[in-house]
Amino acid sequence: MKQIKVLGSGCSKCKKTAELIEQLAHEMGIPANVTKETDPQVMMAFGVMSTPAVAIDDQLVHSGSVPNAAQVKEWLTKG
Amino acid sequence: MFEVFTQLADWLTYTVLNLSPDSKLGDAAHFFIEDVSKIFVLLLVMIYFIALLRASLNVEKVRDYLAGKHRGIGYLLGSGFGAITPFCSCSSIPVFLGFTSAGIPVGITMSFLLTSPLINEVAILLLMSLLGWKFTVLYVVIGMSVGIIGGFFLDSIRAERWLQSFAAKALAAGQNKATPDQPKQEHQVLPFSQRHQFAKDETLEIFGRVWKWVIVGVGLGAALHGFVPDGWIETYLGDGQWWSVPAAVFLGIPLYSNATGVIPVMESLIINGLPIGTTLAFCMSTVAASFPEFILLKQVMQWRLLAIVFMMLLVSFSVVGWLFNAFSSFL
Repeated sequence: MKQIKVLGSGCSKCKKTAELIEQLAHEMGIPANVTKETDPQVMMAFGVMSTPAVAIDDQLVHSGSVPNAAQVKEWLTKG
Repeated sequence: MFEVFTQLADWLTYTVLNLSPDSKLGDAAHFFIEDVSKIFVLLLVMIYFIALLRASLNVEKVRDYLAGKHRGIGYLLGSGFGAITPFCSCSSIPVFLGFTSAGIPVGITMSFLLTSPLINEVAILLLMSLLGWKFTVLYVVIGMSVGIIGGFFLDSIRAERWLQSFAAKALAAGQNKATPDQPKQEHQVLPFSQRHQFAKDETLEIFGRVWKWVIVGVGLGAALHGFVPDGWIETYLGDGQWWSVPAAVFLGIPLYSNATGVIPVMESLIINGLPIGTTLAFCMSTVAASFPEFILLKQVMQWRLLAIVFMMLLVSFSVVGWLFNAFSSFL
């Protein structure tokens, strides 16, 4: 099961990102646990400065915007 | 080149809505239609072109660039980048921590963060079209000065003492490193198709965020324009009485707006005879000193520093207001 973290201070874009990933994982039948991470210390540890950012299994894969569906699908199918 | 919007407003107000040019309602409606149509068109066109130009600029690059810069030039650069770098205010905490953990002094980081809400491309655009280029240049110079002097002041009182402990540790760790260990981003040239995509997204994003502010701001401006009796502001506040400046600053604190919403109000206030310094003080306070943003900063700063930054802003906006009222006859 993939542990997916959406990093961001809870603005609407972060919510959108989390919803998009959840929805696509569900459609593709890939088990994934999507959580929202709002702790600034965690963001600092990842070196993230622009939100929303996405980390999968503690690997940062994206930062600075709402990802598009193609990107999310790629992350979900990889590994 | 802007007459077309006046003509549109003439036609809609006096012909379609059949309002009299001499009525208060007609006056307000004309102001509203002219400004909203002008601002919307300008925003859509200009945001796109500006975004094309700055597609490759982001906070990560600014951090890499500012890290290790000499303090003297650091404040100027921090403030300058704050004016031109796009970032959402919801990112201010991660940006603060990112800069801090790269060892950039708190003052330089704050120069960046303080200037950012005051000056941005939308604000400059609106100022140019509504209040003219002289006022715009002044506004930019003042906005940057507030950021630069504010940052310098915070470093000179050693503000880093009052960071939250984890942020202070990150700063110390960053400064002890001789060279930042973050890999520098490769600075590739973006192909036009990607620039276009970025600019299109930016335009839709920014427009989607600010259009309501334009309506509210221009609506308020129109109401002021049409319904505050002529000469009222001029009679009671027109001499730039000294207390009117801090009063305007305090009035601006609970009002939370971004620059987009407040500039049409500025236009209307100035047309109605409010002195330029009082107007500036009110607007800067509305835009930059807002409680929601300050509460966010609590995550990285202790109350004491937060209070200092807040007071510093209030004092500097008042000083800006007084100076401008004193020298406005030379403008």
